Amino acid sequence: MPKNPNVKRVMVIGSGPIVIGQAAEFDYAGTQACRSLKEEGVEVILVNSNPATIMTDKDIADKVYIEPLTVKVLEQIIEKEKPDSILPTLGGQAGLNLGMELEESGFLASHGVRLLGTTAATIRNAEGRQEFKDLMERIGEPCAASKVVENVQDGIDFTNSIGYPVVLRPAYTLGGSGGGIAHNREELEEILENGLRLSRVGQVLVERCIAGWKEIEYEVMRDSAGNCITVCNMENIDPVGVHTGDSIVVAPSQTLSDKEYQMLRSSALNIINELEITGGCNVQFALHPTSFEYCVIEVNPRVSRSSALASKATGYPIAKVAAKIALGYTLDEIKNAITHKTYASFEPALDYCVVKIPRLPFDKFITAKRTLTTQMKATGEVMSICNNFEGALMKAIRSLEQHVDCLLSYDFSALSCEEIKERLKIVDDQRIYVIAEAIRKGVSYEEIHEITMIDIWFIDKIAILVEMEQALRKGPLTVELLKEAKRIEFPDNVISRLTGISEAEIKQMRYDNSIVAVYKMVDTCAAEFAASTPYYYSVYGGESEAVETSGRKKVLVLGSGPIRIGQGIEFDYCSVHATWAFSKAGYETIIINNNPETVSTDFDIADKLYFEPLTAEDVESIVNIEKPDGAVVQFGGQTAIKLTESLMKMGVPILGTKAEDVDAAEDRELFDKILEETQIPRAAGGTVYTAEEAKAVANRLGYPVLVRPSYVLGGQGMQIAISDEEIEEFMEIINRIAQDHPILVDKYLQGKEIEVDAVCDGTDILIPGIMEHVERTGVHSGDSISVYPAHTINQAVKEKIAEYTRRLAKALHVKGLINIQFIAIGDEVYVIEVNPRSSRTVPYISKVTGIPIVDLAAEVIIGKTIRELGYEPGLQPEAEYFAIKMPVFSFEKIRGAEISLGPEMKSTGECLGIAKTFNEALYKAFLGAGVNLPKYKNMIITVKDADKGEAIEIGRRFEKLGYTIYATRSTAAALNEAGVKARKVNKISQESPTVMDLILGHKIDLVIDTPTQGRDKSRDGFLIRRTAIETGIHCITAMDTARALVTSLENAGGELTLVDIAQI
Amino acid sequence: MKAFLVLEDGTVFEGTHIGADREVISEIVFNTSMAGYLEVLTDPSYAGQAVCMTYPLIGNYGICREDMESSRPWPDGFIVRELSRIPSNFRNDCTIQAFLEENGVPGIAGIDTRALTKILREKGTMNGMITTNENYCLEEILPRLKEYTTGKVVERVTCKEKHTVEPTTVLEQNGPLSGAARFDRISYERGVREKRPSLVRELNGAGLRVALLDLGAKENIARSLAQRGCEVTVYPALTPAEEIIEGNYDGIMLSNGPGDPKECTSVIREIKKLYDTEIPIFAICLGHQLMALATGADTHKMKYGHRGGNHPVKDLATGKVYISSQNHGYVVDTDKLDPKVAVPAFINVNDGTNEGLSYTNKNIFTVQFHPEACPGPQDSGYLFDRFISMMKGEK
Repeated sequence: MPKNPNVKRVMVIGSGPIVIGQAAEFDYAGTQACRSLKEEGVEVILVNSNPATIMTDKDIADKVYIEPLTVKVLEQIIEKEKPDSILPTLGGQAGLNLGMELEESGFLASHGVRLLGTTAATIRNAEGRQEFKDLMERIGEPCAASKVVENVQDGIDFTNSIGYPVVLRPAYTLGGSGGGIAHNREELEEILENGLRLSRVGQVLVERCIAGWKEIEYEVMRDSAGNCITVCNMENIDPVGVHTGDSIVVAPSQTLSDKEYQMLRSSALNIINELEITGGCNVQFALHPTSFEYCVIEVNPRVSRSSALASKATGYPIAKVAAKIALGYTLDEIKNAITHKTYASFEPALDYCVVKIPRLPFDKFITAKRTLTTQMKATGEVMSICNNFEGALMKAIRSLEQHVDCLLSYDFSALSCEEIKERLKIVDDQRIYVIAEAIRKGVSYEEIHEITMIDIWFIDKIAILVEMEQALRKGPLTVELLKEAKRIEFPDNVISRLTGISEAEIKQMRYDNSIVAVYKMVDTCAAEFAASTPYYYSVYGGESEAVETSGRKKVLVLGSGPIRIGQGIEFDYCSVHATWAFSKAGYETIIINNNPETVSTDFDIADKLYFEPLTAEDVESIVNIEKPDGAVVQFGGQTAIKLTESLMKMGVPILGTKAEDVDAAEDRELFDKILEETQIPRAAGGTVYTAEEAKAVANRLGYPVLVRPSYVLGGQGMQIAISDEEIEEFMEIINRIAQDHPILVDKYLQGKEIEVDAVCDGTDILIPGIMEHVERTGVHSGDSISVYPAHTINQAVKEKIAEYTRRLAKALHVKGLINIQFIAIGDEVYVIEVNPRSSRTVPYISKVTGIPIVDLAAEVIIGKTIRELGYEPGLQPEAEYFAIKMPVFSFEKIRGAEISLGPEMKSTGECLGIAKTFNEALYKAFLGAGVNLPKYKNMIITVKDADKGEAIEIGRRFEKLGYTIYATRSTAAALNEAGVKARKVNKISQESPTVMDLILGHKIDLVIDTPTQGRDKSRDGFLIRRTAIETGIHCITAMDTARALVTSLENAGGELTLVDIAQI
Repeated sequence: MKAFLVLEDGTVFEGTHIGADREVISEIVFNTSMAGYLEVLTDPSYAGQAVCMTYPLIGNYGICREDMESSRPWPDGFIVRELSRIPSNFRNDCTIQAFLEENGVPGIAGIDTRALTKILREKGTMNGMITTNENYCLEEILPRLKEYTTGKVVERVTCKEKHTVEPTTVLEQNGPLSGAARFDRISYERGVREKRPSLVRELNGAGLRVALLDLGAKENIARSLAQRGCEVTVYPALTPAEEIIEGNYDGIMLSNGPGDPKECTSVIREIKKLYDTEIPIFAICLGHQLMALATGADTHKMKYGHRGGNHPVKDLATGKVYISSQNHGYVVDTDKLDPKVAVPAFINVNDGTNEGLSYTNKNIFTVQFHPEACPGPQDSGYLFDRFISMMKGEK
């Protein structure tokens, strides 16, 4: 069936801010789909509140609305833009839910808008727990015994009939929010109550626990004619019980015979046919490890994280094909863009093995529970490809950038054999390292399997890696042994550590014996057909397929690795734009990255894609083959910057700002010298290595002080210390990981925080705009509400900022991007930190000013000047509207994480509010972040003494809005004394009703809780904040945020005005 | 022990020896299935060939003997990237290493199978030798390689005597439906779980008698019919047509099989006689090619054939596309097809080659791919139901 000619204007719904469970994969899917739609001549109207995405670029869509993703806003956009169709299956669960609401209310029908792709009835059948179960029963596909309940008692009764443990899954939530496994009545009541509240429809599925079964997924495509294929299947190494997003996953399945493989494949096709899905779909199965018994766990009738992984693992562009199917094409009409010989109806055949490892945020949330459950916790993931499993696992481990490079990276050697068996029972992110240690201690495969239920095939593979460690330790390092170690991807540094031979000698030995990485192609067809897309992975042994290219100049673009808090999708935005800009300027572009969720690892972004770990050794192997004319590191975040020195040693010129200048910005002494020369003030401080030195500096400066490691992103490990004890605590935490660079101790200055991104061509600078933070200094810039244009500082201060920026950029010989953070106190401006590279705010400021600074930076790097590019240097005129970037957090997903804001970044994503007035922009920003108030008009205030004055002012404003204020003893006293009516509530330790009862009573809109200075020692405050977050109540921990919120609520109501970003 | 794979074009791969210790010359082909190596090994269509698996990790789930498609492995040699050192599956009977040794199949592991595949793709299927002789002499070997032909392999692989596969009389005999224990707690707790998966859900062939001409048949052809209730009588390849016709069967199946179809001159003559009757006929793979040759069409050798479990075929009657299991090196020429005799019924979506024929004014349809799967997708299993409908006189 050819394309439906009636589809001309399509509205695509994005997935909104990045949160755990809904991350960059939807930018990848959305971008690919939009490009695919435009290729067909369809006009695309894009809606997504997330400004850091590539899909919200004006080159990707024709109309771009970075507006809050609410039904009301979507209705307004539909009325304004009059699309003939909407496509809701690309924006994750968020997009799908919105599409469903628009359909269910009859709005789409009354406006003549068609739902493209899968129909509403199908979505209801797949997503509604009861509907799905009934359907599965009808077609004879087994599900675990289960029941949908709408109240706790029904859940208890049903569980009594099927027995504990049971799995609880709330309907219509993403990433398994609020779900869990209950082993007893107490746990059942707790999880159930919470899940019922979080579900959009107040339903929770209570299901017989099938933990320990193999978890297998199939990615399936179906077109409107009913043709189906499976793109690939995947096997979770962690059996059922760990969310697939938190599992180590291998593709294709390794331990299934053809009988099992085809049985589940047929079942997946059976299901997708019965659901009549048109587009992509993910089916998850549990397979009994010792029989053919299986059951269907879940179906996602849309593109998903798994489909992004499957796309990258196979080379099959699922989102692109899904978009074409939505337009009416059938699978046999869509050409495979990789082979140009086969069609989309060809199932990919892999001749390699893919391993995905989740990137978990426990390095950020050190108080959080590391346990992995059915609630997803990972912020991102890495993928690796190799022709053996051991090698793929080793590559994935070192791609994580969590100070791990082999199975010895977490040391459990001190545990006894019995202790290690106990430790094996804990399901967390360190489990594979524990298994390795168990093997070293001689625990049998069977015993490890019985405890973990991990298939012995995987255990044996871990054993092979352990045996190699032992062989290397024992020596001697023969050529044969080295060859085998490299075949299973032991990096040189690990071989060096185990053998005691220097890395340089090992490298020489490799080169002398031609033990070098060769590159194979991901071609969707196991070499059956010639493919033309240079998408490569490395292996040791065999012939190389990397095609020699010449003629054009070659540039190496280093990607930013897995998405983590502090280094998110923004850097992928920068890498992709830089790649496009270099390509436009006539360069051959080469991307190295290992993140399967991103646009940068799509097969048609760069001329060549190397899906590889971003370590010096892996990069060097590529450099040896490609011999690039230069590398750019300033777009790939800290991941790329860290490789600068190694690249220079390899003889690869760094394009743009020189490495020594990057160093000068990070090195305390060098930077102080520059500040002195340029006469720019900064907070006094010093560099230290030990707690003793830190205390000495702190006492010299006077508390409070800011403590932080250098060369980190997202303020990792940064803290405000108010005492010697805190210094000791923080230094201990920082030094848990060996530091290559000194630790900085600075006087803490309280003022207005200002941020600037600029392009410098060596002579002139271009500042698209100045951003101002709502929260005063002390809250990490990534967690602050950021306002453009800065509206509370005067012209003189702005000019001073522009002048300081110019001086710093020149002094650091910046060529390309620079990001600077300032503190403004009155008319004084101090510099906090300078980063001669791209930053988190680059996509945001580019979009709201219409100045494409990544593209400009790339041009400048190649040698153009700002004037040549058609811009007048200096600070650009301010826009006529306000654009406010709001941080978005995923605290509810991470049990036990401290939520209060501080110098260390904690947000996972962001959204934008843009409008003519500050107040409307602010309202939109809050709305986009999911703060849709008021609801019950009840709130709790409990603040530290220093904040009481501000609490009165803010409390009074909430009171005027009709809020009933509850407050703890001293806060209540202060409020009442000032004439703000506050009801006193008891502390947790006191008798009921306490503040906790109030929160659990669920009639509270919001909690304002500012923790006492420094790391909160009060268990009470921590509990209040955690409980609030886990029960879905908004919790604010900074007075400035609270003030912003009340301002936004005072101005709520009325039609929102819409801004088409593409017009800027 | 070191082993070498020497190709007709002089390319030599060095790897490790696996399986039986013997030198072998054979035609080298590759298969892209990611699972199902045992089904590949026991598919008689591979007689006279050595198979290279493009998926690099082989042997992971060991050998589950009940999955064998015939009584023994047929390939002359087995070429893999890596054999798993342990098998892991609840049904596993032995390791693949032991299985190869026990059945005298030599092989080579540890070679760059992707590079080999690319050579076969670019230069076409060619002959090769697997040897452990480090002092091999290319000048001596290459002429021998060029001389090799698979020969009359059908006679080697067909059954020696006629035998009958009993029909399933009640659905339960097929075993419970896949995964259909559906949490029947009692059997679960007792550890009584299903042993064998089955996807057949109707005994629509009950009472029907089918003659299966075994040209190197995979067992799942007879099983697919028996599971639908048909009684299947299997005949050796060289059975005279008259004997089959006298059996008064409701239908005849022509199976898959190895080698060049044109070598099967006597079988082709007998098939022509079957064609001339009014008995419904369904043919697969070699059977499909032989029926085409018997009725005046031609076949030719493909550059490197289709071997894998991911080929899309389009049913020209409905326009629907199915993913199929394939294993063939020859193909029917459609340009010389007389539409009065037969018209194309299926084509390969990728390269447009013929994948099935429908015989004009006859109850005969034939396919190039493998609806019996094993290994590979079960999507086209409906063709057995179509055959049953045809035998029942339904349209």
